[in-house]
Amino acid sequence: MSILRKLAFYLVALFAALTLNFAIPRMLPSNPVDVLLGKLQAQGPVTPETRQALMLLFGTDTSVPIWQQYLDYLQSLATGNLGVSVTYFPTPVTEVIASALPWTLVLVGLTTLITFVIGMVIGTIAGWKRGTWVDSLIPSTTILASVPYFWLAMVLVYLLSVTAGIFPLGGGYDVRRTSPELSFEFLSSALYYAALPALTIVISSIGGWILGMRNMMVSTLSEDYVITARAKGLSPKRVMITYAARNAALPSIAGFAISLGFVVGGSVVMEQVFSYPGIGNAFLLAVQNNDYALMQGLFLVITISVLGANLLVDLLYQFIDPRTRARGV
Amino acid sequence: MAELITESIAVRADAADEEPDDSQRRRGRSAFWRRLLTPKFVVGAVVVLLIVLFGLIGPLITQDPNAIDNIGLSSPSGAHPLGTTSVGQDVLAQLAHSTRGSLTVGVLVAAFTLGLSAFFGIIGAYIGGITDEGFSLLSNVMLVIPGLPLVIVIASYVESQSVLLVIVVLALTGWAAGARVLRAQTLSLRNREYVLASRVAGERTWRVICVEILPNLLPVMSSGFVFGIVGAVLAEAGLSFIGIGATGSLTWGTMLADAQNGQALLFGAWWWFAPPGLLIAALGAALSLINFSIDEVINPKLRTTNIAKVERRTKREHQS
Repeated sequence: MSILRKLAFYLVALFAALTLNFAIPRMLPSNPVDVLLGKLQAQGPVTPETRQALMLLFGTDTSVPIWQQYLDYLQSLATGNLGVSVTYFPTPVTEVIASALPWTLVLVGLTTLITFVIGMVIGTIAGWKRGTWVDSLIPSTTILASVPYFWLAMVLVYLLSVTAGIFPLGGGYDVRRTSPELSFEFLSSALYYAALPALTIVISSIGGWILGMRNMMVSTLSEDYVITARAKGLSPKRVMITYAARNAALPSIAGFAISLGFVVGGSVVMEQVFSYPGIGNAFLLAVQNNDYALMQGLFLVITISVLGANLLVDLLYQFIDPRTRARGV
Repeated sequence: MAELITESIAVRADAADEEPDDSQRRRGRSAFWRRLLTPKFVVGAVVVLLIVLFGLIGPLITQDPNAIDNIGLSSPSGAHPLGTTSVGQDVLAQLAHSTRGSLTVGVLVAAFTLGLSAFFGIIGAYIGGITDEGFSLLSNVMLVIPGLPLVIVIASYVESQSVLLVIVVLALTGWAAGARVLRAQTLSLRNREYVLASRVAGERTWRVICVEILPNLLPVMSSGFVFGIVGAVLAEAGLSFIGIGATGSLTWGTMLADAQNGQALLFGAWWWFAPPGLLIAALGAALSLINFSIDEVINPKLRTTNIAKVERRTKREHQS
């Protein structure tokens, strides 16, 4: 029952996102069709069909009723047709997204997971040893958390790339030496170029995990079952990990799902600083070039991946925390 | 803020004579202020006050932030205490105006966000039934739709982005988390005896909400407001940095974006890109310190009494 409810909720959320994507261009006072046609004309002759398709896409064709537009929109989404990108004319939007997605998924996804794990471990220890010197490190993490991400990235680029020359200035791989393929050379180059962006993500986002976990540990440690476990004479390590940390981690795991949304958002800024060839970079290029089809397609892909990740964690949560199952919420 | 500080200092003065103990902890207002007055809170409040003063007074006494000069990218000197930008604008003057701009955005967004989350969180939870279902569905949906991409999409469809537009868009996309917290709190409050009593006594709904429920939510809301300011300042800076912030206004974000576009990094112009970031970090850290102190007052479980210190003190008192 509760799983069905969850699925229903995510369906509603997906539907809301699709509708927002449909409604925003129609509600706001601008005419993307003219902007786009101007761009397309610069690249070659435009057929009346293209104009018609664009007007359908952005809803400026008033001869078609709005509900019909909506149905057409849903139908073209269902067939995987997201239109043609202007920035990378005449590549379809789906292809642009497919080539950009792996970069972001691998770099940001892996880095977020690593940050989460390290943060949880430090948070557990800090909460366990509260009031000692370990705990006094906590306020410094809040300062890190309040530094704007892109500024931290800029400073690190300045220190480590411009001044010290350890890392490259930006990009996804060494374009002069290698090209995307499954070779050792390409992979090692990609890894080298990903190191600094990954480092900045870890530094800027680890504070929140440490703090959240530390506070939950402190709360959990005063629970009766933890005191009982201690009174039974269990080893401190066992009390810390199996009794306190296991329960204290629950809100952080729920928070992890929510943070995935911010991760994708954050990747837009990260990729701007490092000119990293991922989703965020494509998104910004689309915005700068008024490439509305690509922009909407990317928004959809980002939203769907965030919703999917949330659903996954939500379902997983039911297995991790039996209490949510018992209550049937 | 200034009022708060003077009040806290006064409280601190009379708190110095007597150590608070368990019986005093429950004495309400004055005890609340005494608890709040930790070193963390004082440091945070002083830093925030200094930044606010800089934003208020700074623009009045510094040079014209937009005056262009041919001494581009000069390092700090007597004429320009923080150096100049690539087109010779005075960085200190830009910083003062940006502080004012960023603080305005932060406070307004936080206020709008708080208003929206209070509306959807408190009213939904209090009325219950289908209203609650609808409101909480709405806020949950808003929570899972990624905020920044949505803001970017909205902002890119509007030709010229005014500061007001940025404020409205940030508030519209940022209220959901707060609404969820307030909803949970209201749900536990609405069945308390004093709330039920005033309902039975025939008080009108808005009065029960404003007089019985709202005061109990104030600590949570103030913490939400403080985080809202930090979040909004950071979000605005991020938006400006990627080039879709408010056009023609000065904020910390636009300064940093200009520095990035003006190749400040490559030329090593630290005086240009370092100060705005440091101010954002200082404001964020100071507001978090204030929030910690509020949190420790609200949630007794978070208080870390240093046992060794307490023991030493008791020993000393015994000896004297």
